[in-house]
Amino acid sequence: MLTVPIGTQIIFAGILFLLGLVGLLVRRNMIFMLMSIEVMFNSAGLVFIIAGTHWKQPDGQVMFIFILAVTAVEVSIALALILQVYHHFKTLDADAVNNLKDTN
Amino acid sequence: MNVFFYIAASVAIISTIMAISGKNAIHSLLYLILSLLAVSVIFYLLSAPFIAALEVIIYAGAIMVLFIFVTMMLNIGLEREAENKWLKPRMWIVPSILAVILLITLILALRNVEPTAPDKEAILPKEVGISLFSTYLLGVEIAAILLMAGVIGAYHLGSQKKKVIHRFLKTS
Repeated sequence: MLTVPIGTQIIFAGILFLLGLVGLLVRRNMIFMLMSIEVMFNSAGLVFIIAGTHWKQPDGQVMFIFILAVTAVEVSIALALILQVYHHFKTLDADAVNNLKDTN
Repeated sequence: MNVFFYIAASVAIISTIMAISGKNAIHSLLYLILSLLAVSVIFYLLSAPFIAALEVIIYAGAIMVLFIFVTMMLNIGLEREAENKWLKPRMWIVPSILAVILLITLILALRNVEPTAPDKEAILPKEVGISLFSTYLLGVEIAAILLMAGVIGAYHLGSQKKKVIHRFLKTS
């Protein structure tokens, strides 16, 4: 099967994680920030799968299933929050919602 | 098999870069779906076929559709000229090329597999299920509680609340 060295695979997952981190730090649109978080979750799961394949244990895939559940919950809550923010502030800019007190 | 890994990894990285640097949210979401499909190919190559299927069904199928619904509800990035723009080749040529590369990779990888005997190295869904419901049973229950909390939280946050607390506090 696959004989790519495990270091290369981990580096690939690290590149994906870094792309997600850069997107989270650079973009101010909340939809894009959430997408970047998705990329980071996905690369974390990829590391679990790589390790599970390397040691031939099913634990990595079990952990990926847990990550999947956490991601589903996180996305649904975050999208509901984004809808509320958009109805309230009429914008998706994350910098527009940095006040705790409602100034409107 | 190694070249397939590198091709799928390149497709994943390129489409992720396009996703996080795009202007239009819908286009970025479609690039993100492409990235998830590429990672799914890598899962298949890493002898985790069950997780590859889950990635396609749940990540690319359910979570990204939720994203696209919300993005379309918010109605951002869709102007009147949108349909004219979609007909231009530069809007769809890059994702199409990347998707075709992925498809060719998957077909070539599937042709190399012996059709009869299952892969000796692969961790089959049976082992995953046995481990999930014996060793990690507590984790499954915690995940169930988390999903329950997620359902209640999404319902609560999604409902439209009145902004006025009391009629005497109403200022305008």
